[in-house]
Amino acid sequence: MPKKSLQSNAVEKAPTGISGLDEITFGGLPAGRPTLVSGGPGSGKTLLGVSFLVNGAESFSEPGVLVTFEENAEELASDVRSLGYDLDKLVQQKKLLIDYVHVDRAEIEETGEYDLEGLFVRLDHAIKQIGARRVMLDTIETLFGGLKDTGILRAELRRLFRWLRDRKITTVVTAERGEQMFTRQGLEEYITDAVIALDHRVSEQISTRRIRVVKYRGSMHGTNEYPFLIDRDGITVLPVTSLLLEHSAPDQRVSSGLPALDGMLGGPGFYRGSTVLLSGTAGTGKTTLAAHFVDAACKRGERCLYFLFEESPQQMVRNMRSAGVDLGRWVDKGLLQFHADRPNRHGLETHLLAMHHAVEVFEPDVVVMDPITNLLAVGTQLDVRSMLTRVIDFLKTRSITALFTSLTTPEHSLEHTETLISSLMDTWILVATQLEGRQRIRQVYVLKSRGMPHSNEVRDFHFTSRGIEIEPAQVPTRAPATVARRPVARRGK
Amino acid sequence: MPPEKFELRLYVAGQTPKAVRAFANLRRICDEHLAGRYSIEVVDLVENPALGRGDQILALPTLVRRLPTPIKKIIGDLSNTERVLVGLDLRPRRASA
Repeated sequence: MPKKSLQSNAVEKAPTGISGLDEITFGGLPAGRPTLVSGGPGSGKTLLGVSFLVNGAESFSEPGVLVTFEENAEELASDVRSLGYDLDKLVQQKKLLIDYVHVDRAEIEETGEYDLEGLFVRLDHAIKQIGARRVMLDTIETLFGGLKDTGILRAELRRLFRWLRDRKITTVVTAERGEQMFTRQGLEEYITDAVIALDHRVSEQISTRRIRVVKYRGSMHGTNEYPFLIDRDGITVLPVTSLLLEHSAPDQRVSSGLPALDGMLGGPGFYRGSTVLLSGTAGTGKTTLAAHFVDAACKRGERCLYFLFEESPQQMVRNMRSAGVDLGRWVDKGLLQFHADRPNRHGLETHLLAMHHAVEVFEPDVVVMDPITNLLAVGTQLDVRSMLTRVIDFLKTRSITALFTSLTTPEHSLEHTETLISSLMDTWILVATQLEGRQRIRQVYVLKSRGMPHSNEVRDFHFTSRGIEIEPAQVPTRAPATVARRPVARRGK
Repeated sequence: MPPEKFELRLYVAGQTPKAVRAFANLRRICDEHLAGRYSIEVVDLVENPALGRGDQILALPTLVRRLPTPIKKIIGDLSNTERVLVGLDLRPRRASA
């Protein structure tokens, strides 16, 4: 498929204005057609629909009508107020019209033939009053509880969706997820243009919301489940990045901060915008190596964002000062910013969002995450991998050079815990310690580095008052036990 | 007890066959059971679409008993006389009904 057709789809799109959702749908919901949004209670259906209407009214000059079939009108208002939406203001500005439809089976006697023309008349009137281009029906299935004749109801719903399509109104229809189907009453049979499923799971006390575009007729769409968040800024679907491997690949190289390590990487260091994994057991000097990298970047005048999952910034600065790397001066100059957070304070998605947010605000050239293995406390390896994929994707689109440290446990081979994430990395550096006589010798080794001729040597290094010093190359007569298990051949990639 | 006055409002949308049938059925039932103590107002939502919201009209035709209170709603063409009478509280609701 030619690349251009990805952007210029045949289906016209109505942007939702929901960060991330427009990316995974390649532009928004099908314009002038209904979209079904299904999910369990509290999954965020209503908020998604309301965001679609509010953004339409505020940002896209498309007024909207909200028809709510829910019994509690106050609940809706307070729900959306918590997102910072002021529906009353939009109503006053005639950009939004809310119609509460209330049906109580106990109050109604059914005597003979009828239709739902009353609903059509009300909707038509509402649409004409404000020149609406968008409609939300929340939750129309409630009618099945209010009316006995489901045959009439089904025929009328079919007619309603056709009626909305004929008027080219972009519509969001919310529905409760059914047992076997996307909706309790099988509305997916009538709405075939686009179906979006929302899900809210709680596992080990960490809640995760997910969104999936189940179906989108005539358009490409991301098919994965994407995590999303609901907070005071509204709904954010992650990632806010492309689904394609289309990052630019800068030729520019940046120093690792250690000339000897740069030498092992073929001379000038890492590629700008590449991702580097630095793994090793406890106390091998990962953080110090990272500090050198940060120090060198700040010396070049670059901005660095450092995510700490283990230490506090003060502790980090102090430890590095005693190791011979002064990071405090860069903090003072505003070139270096630390973000310290306990991994288990939030779910992975919240961490991901916090990182996105911090990167967007600080606009760094370099990002360090130390150590990513601590994230395993809040997610499975697969979850962490999926999250890192998003982080890396996001950083790459911004040509941010990223360094991730990873703590390996001695029981496992060095590669074991990283097999899942290493394929995401452009460069993988191992650090290890080896007992030699009565001394622990620290060693560093470049396991892989895409697109550059890198050294196969295992080099010794030690700490000095000026930080790490890597010993000159020598014939590798011995390699660390953990490293030696790998073939020491150059890995062509 | 003085006979209560029935204030009825029939919502329709244009002169549809269902609307015409509903009005005819309503007149017949009222003349038989409420002679001299009823009034019928027909509201055409095509002409007055804004009125649909006030009485929460959804299905058409809808007959609303505005008086005596409480308000009652009967939807359909009113062809089932038995159910209309139950709906208007003119006949006790039977268990089978």
